[in-house]
Amino acid sequence: MSDPSRETEAETKARRGRNIALGLGLALFVILIFVVTIVRLGGNVAQRPF
Amino acid sequence: MAMSQALDTSRAPSRWQDFLQLLKPRVMSLVVFTGLTGLVCAGQPVNPILGAVAILCIAVGAGASGALNMWYDRDIDAKMRRTRGRPVPAGRVQSADALAMGVVLSLFSVMLMGMALNWLAAGLLAFTILFYAVIYTVWLKRWTAQNIVIGGLAGALPPVIGWAAATGSAPLNAWLLCLIIFMWTPPHFWALSLYTSEDYAKAGIPMMPVVAGAASTRRQILIYSLLFVPICIVPAFTSLGGAAYLTVAGIGGLVFLLLAWRLFRSHAGESSDPRNDAGLYDVRAGAKDARNLFAFSILYLTLLFATLLVEHVVGLPALELF
Repeated sequence: MSDPSRETEAETKARRGRNIALGLGLALFVILIFVVTIVRLGGNVAQRPF
Repeated sequence: MAMSQALDTSRAPSRWQDFLQLLKPRVMSLVVFTGLTGLVCAGQPVNPILGAVAILCIAVGAGASGALNMWYDRDIDAKMRRTRGRPVPAGRVQSADALAMGVVLSLFSVMLMGMALNWLAAGLLAFTILFYAVIYTVWLKRWTAQNIVIGGLAGALPPVIGWAAATGSAPLNAWLLCLIIFMWTPPHFWALSLYTSEDYAKAGIPMMPVVAGAASTRRQILIYSLLFVPICIVPAFTSLGGAAYLTVAGIGGLVFLLLAWRLFRSHAGESSDPRNDAGLYDVRAGAKDARNLFAFSILYLTLLFATLLVEHVVGLPALELF
């Protein structure tokens, strides 16, 4: 008799797809915030007081 | 509630494509197009990266509204043939997940718009999301036959958001673009509802043909069309549209009015037509005129905004009629 708590192959595949999509989404979010920060700061990015 | 719980427990595994479908990609593409037109027509140079971020925020905000709409409407979506295959009623996405996705993406789009562009654009975006998700979805849609008339404001605002993102202001020309979409919405959706009204009636949604009947709906479509077409001409008089725009708006407007008149004279949406048992989007004998106006309305709006977009990108001069 099969264990009802075990994931089926379709569930595993779907979970993997969701995880990859979420990972890519998070990576894009980080890149987006970085790029927007650089663009907004413009030339001032090199004007930090040391 | 019991029904939605039953749906949730018997669901198929959620794929990432199901979550993407929650964002209503087709609606999103129209919103991106009109938002981009507003941003370009503003006539103020915008850093291309920030311009792209503004369009992304508008797209994500629209998608978030779609997810919130699908979360709240899961009960009526399950009753209509057009919507029963959506991820939540079909059991492929849990309703709580749709809600969470809608809230998170709403916050993301508004905050990013505010920080990357300006807070006027962010405020307008927040208002648009709240208006669609709360005022339209929760209140108007199930309460009044004027649901899509008032609710149409949410779909009409993206050009103003785009304009505000570029300039930090929302002048009259931006609101003119908003007014064009706002006045376009009733003839467009009522033409569709004339051949899908059985579906809406089944779900208890007070769409105009269900509440006021087909004849009244056809008359109101004609009245709105008579108001809508002259408004489409106005940008040629406000230094927004050029000669190409005036030509497209004028010729297309005449076709629009002709189709609205034919629909008014037809029997589209009459329930007494025994041939009205065809499939949901099949062209029923009495509904051909409704289908024609519905299809042309999409083409007309697309042409209007595409012409404005091209005129401003190419740098064609606006008409100086006054």
